Amino acid sequence: MSEVLLEVRNLCVDFGALAALKDVSFDLRQGETLGLVGESGSGKSTLARAILRLIPAARGSVMWRGLDLLSCDAATLRRQRRDLQMVFQDPLASLNPRMTVGETLGEPLKIFEPALSSLERRARIDDMLERVGLTRTMADRYPHEFSGGQCQRIGIARAMMLRPKLLICDEPVSSLDVSIQGQIVNLLLDLQREFDTAMLFISHNLAVVRHLSHRVLVIYLGRLVEIAARDQLFAAPIHPYTRELLAAVPDPTRARAGTPMVADAKMAAGEQLPALDQVACGCAFRNRCAYAEPNCALSAPELEQVAAQHAVACHRRRELVYS
Amino acid sequence: MSGGFWREAGRRLFANPGAVIALCSIAVLVVMALIGPWFNPNDIETLDWAHVATEPGLAHSHWFGTDRLGRDLFVRTLEGARVSFAVGLVASAVSLSIGLCYGAVAGYLGGRTDHVMMRLIEILSGLPLIFFVIFLTVIFGRNEYLLFLSIGAVGWLTMARIVRGQTLSIRRQEFIEAAVASGASTARIIFKHVVPNVVGPVIVYATLTVPQIILLESFLSFLGLGVQEPRASLGTLIAEGAGEMEAAPWILLAPGVFLAMLLLCLNVFGDGLRDAFDAKER
Amino acid sequence: MTPTLVIESLQVTYAVAGRSLAAVRDVSLAVSSRECLGIVGESGSGKTQVFMAAMGLLAKNARASGSARFDGQELLGLAPQALNRVRGSKLTMVFQDPMTSLTPHLKIGVQLAEVLVSHRELSWRDAKRAALQVLERVRVPEPQRRLQQYPHELSGGLRQRVMIGMSLLCEPKLLIADEPTSALDVTVQAQLIDLLDALRHELGMAIVLISHDLGVVAGLADRILVMYAGRVVENARASELLQRARHPYTALLLKCVPNLREARLERMPCLPGQAPSPAAAEPGCAFAPRCPRMTERCKAERPPLRDIHESAQVACHYPLFP
Repeated sequence: MSEVLLEVRNLCVDFGALAALKDVSFDLRQGETLGLVGESGSGKSTLARAILRLIPAARGSVMWRGLDLLSCDAATLRRQRRDLQMVFQDPLASLNPRMTVGETLGEPLKIFEPALSSLERRARIDDMLERVGLTRTMADRYPHEFSGGQCQRIGIARAMMLRPKLLICDEPVSSLDVSIQGQIVNLLLDLQREFDTAMLFISHNLAVVRHLSHRVLVIYLGRLVEIAARDQLFAAPIHPYTRELLAAVPDPTRARAGTPMVADAKMAAGEQLPALDQVACGCAFRNRCAYAEPNCALSAPELEQVAAQHAVACHRRRELVYS
Repeated sequence: MSGGFWREAGRRLFANPGAVIALCSIAVLVVMALIGPWFNPNDIETLDWAHVATEPGLAHSHWFGTDRLGRDLFVRTLEGARVSFAVGLVASAVSLSIGLCYGAVAGYLGGRTDHVMMRLIEILSGLPLIFFVIFLTVIFGRNEYLLFLSIGAVGWLTMARIVRGQTLSIRRQEFIEAAVASGASTARIIFKHVVPNVVGPVIVYATLTVPQIILLESFLSFLGLGVQEPRASLGTLIAEGAGEMEAAPWILLAPGVFLAMLLLCLNVFGDGLRDAFDAKER
Repeated sequence: MTPTLVIESLQVTYAVAGRSLAAVRDVSLAVSSRECLGIVGESGSGKTQVFMAAMGLLAKNARASGSARFDGQELLGLAPQALNRVRGSKLTMVFQDPMTSLTPHLKIGVQLAEVLVSHRELSWRDAKRAALQVLERVRVPEPQRRLQQYPHELSGGLRQRVMIGMSLLCEPKLLIADEPTSALDVTVQAQLIDLLDALRHELGMAIVLISHDLGVVAGLADRILVMYAGRVVENARASELLQRARHPYTALLLKCVPNLREARLERMPCLPGQAPSPAAAEPGCAFAPRCPRMTERCKAERPPLRDIHESAQVACHYPLFP
């Protein structure tokens, strides 16, 4: 078993009175890719930013190789950042429009390896550009001159410049054409293999998550509802929300038969965010759940193991395992 | 720094005929002010008793005429223009530098720091400029450079507000977040990421405040708080000329026209600059 | 029956920095009532420009030539007043990002009612009632409450439903949906497509669905047009195209459509490289650099769009099926 790099425990984030993340806990190991799936408004991006302390957390801890990122001082945190990098959703917006590609890629080096000469720095930049499938001449150009896919490669190059131990990818392919998404996903797979980087891959797209992840976390309205190994999650999901998510992915072969693409007519979470008082107590999912019972309104279920590497937060998990 | 952005804006600027004409006119005025006096045998303080209050003409060497004391107006106007340009440039540069740093820091840090910094600006804005300048003049005497500094020291207030506003609007953008996630220090983010991205509208505003600054200097000089005799600025010349308007209108005419043209061209150029940058912003 | 929209030999060129760039080259298509035409292509293929030209929404430095006839009336070059009568009422368009299409500081109800007041000259009271009805029609939950809300208070999926509702207010004959689901979650996408399907049967209108995702289009379209670098490369009935894609580009796009029911592949399928920019002017087939079946002939000679049979066309020297 490889080393545990990241231990998130009871992480809570509040936006005013609204609890965006509630008691999120999970582990991440060296070289592992953890997929985080959820719909818009589920709190996935909030989780990414809270782990990196880009937004403040209300409670909880994020242990990065023994150090609590949330309570350490700013200087220590900044030093850790060389190993904790992020790739953002909007490739063009994540690049400074007034800096050339070379300057953007050179910045992490200037911050963490100031002893490098400009020639050495240039060599590293050129090397990384080629590794991500771009050319050296692009270093002198500006972000707006590139396509979405190319900008995302630049963003990945920037993140990988210092060979980080953890790469958090926040919906990195959602804004790209479907035909290009695979290029970026395959690039991430290659880089991970080459540098043994652990990844937290966030997406609402289950097909993409299926490609990359070793384990998958499912999040609903700020709470983790299921954690499982990838194949287990896609073949035999237990939590009712996970089942609904999988059923809601359009099946192209089905479409031509003239039947509606979505088996379940219920609205997705993003369509109808429940009012605060409805979910103050009890399970947040009970209003949409096909298996809800009176017990579900009384207390919120905790994540508990049902099998090796499989945990579910549902009061009826034991029955659901068999159905 | 970011050649592409400036090049694009430059291209757009030079495609704008009004801005180009204005820029050329400003250049002409500047050149005139710098080298014009060499072509004329007179200087700014010699009193020519033979030609007191003479009308402008080409027969004698007083091309713009002379004033009540027989001093040549051509040379005095151009020298005065030099002072006005100097004030415009120095005071703008001072207010731009202070305002840029102050506003970027306040806007980026936010929270209590921003609150305190903005309250300070509000307090300073409340102080009447004239009393401030008089106060400084009383303490340090009538020093030209002091005049420049005090105008700049007042001008930075609005500049800081503008920069802060611009900073607030880009603070939440993803590339700033990316810079934080990369481990950049706050100073680095403010000066390498925030400032280059707010500098566009700020430069435009700076260009449009130069006329205001020159006018302010003229006003202070008009009141007697600015440049001392025998040095002149466009303001002091206009003050003199105003008094002689009926009897010797040309004394007012030369500096007045020069100042009006300068201000007009600066305004047109400033507009052109804003269009050049804005279009890129879009 | 005359088709609702007929586009013939449409060409759209942009004047940029002294050069002339062709965004759309010689595109022809037709769509009839109750029919859904799907347009598939990557960013930069010109798929949106075709309909921006038809709607008269092109940028100032763009020129459109050819013909775009809506219900028999020529739209290109139509005077602004006449165009405004058609646009927004009988011919409507829904865009990718509803947040920028909706005015942020006006309530939803006001924006919806405004359309009716200006196009159909209803009173505000009648318009508000019609607005409520249209929200029910697009299955927005708690419609009365939504009328009083501002755009930013709604989720992306709901905003898009409101946009679709807005486009239905004047009972359009044709609804053009330009990447309506691209900014939304996959789970919401399918619901919106089902909604469009239900609406076109209820209202008898024609739909044009534009997307870079063939999977999204497959769920609704009767006929699919594939565009690449400003030209049509394949045009066939959806059932035929999805089973037997003739153009290599279409076949590759099909591979990119995810199917969770199938076994997981090691590498995620994708197209190599990227689509050419309008500035590039290749003598041969524009897809040649990325095509797995490329030959010398493909690089030298551009394949014309030819008929395979009476309802399918392809522009390829070596199509996958005859």
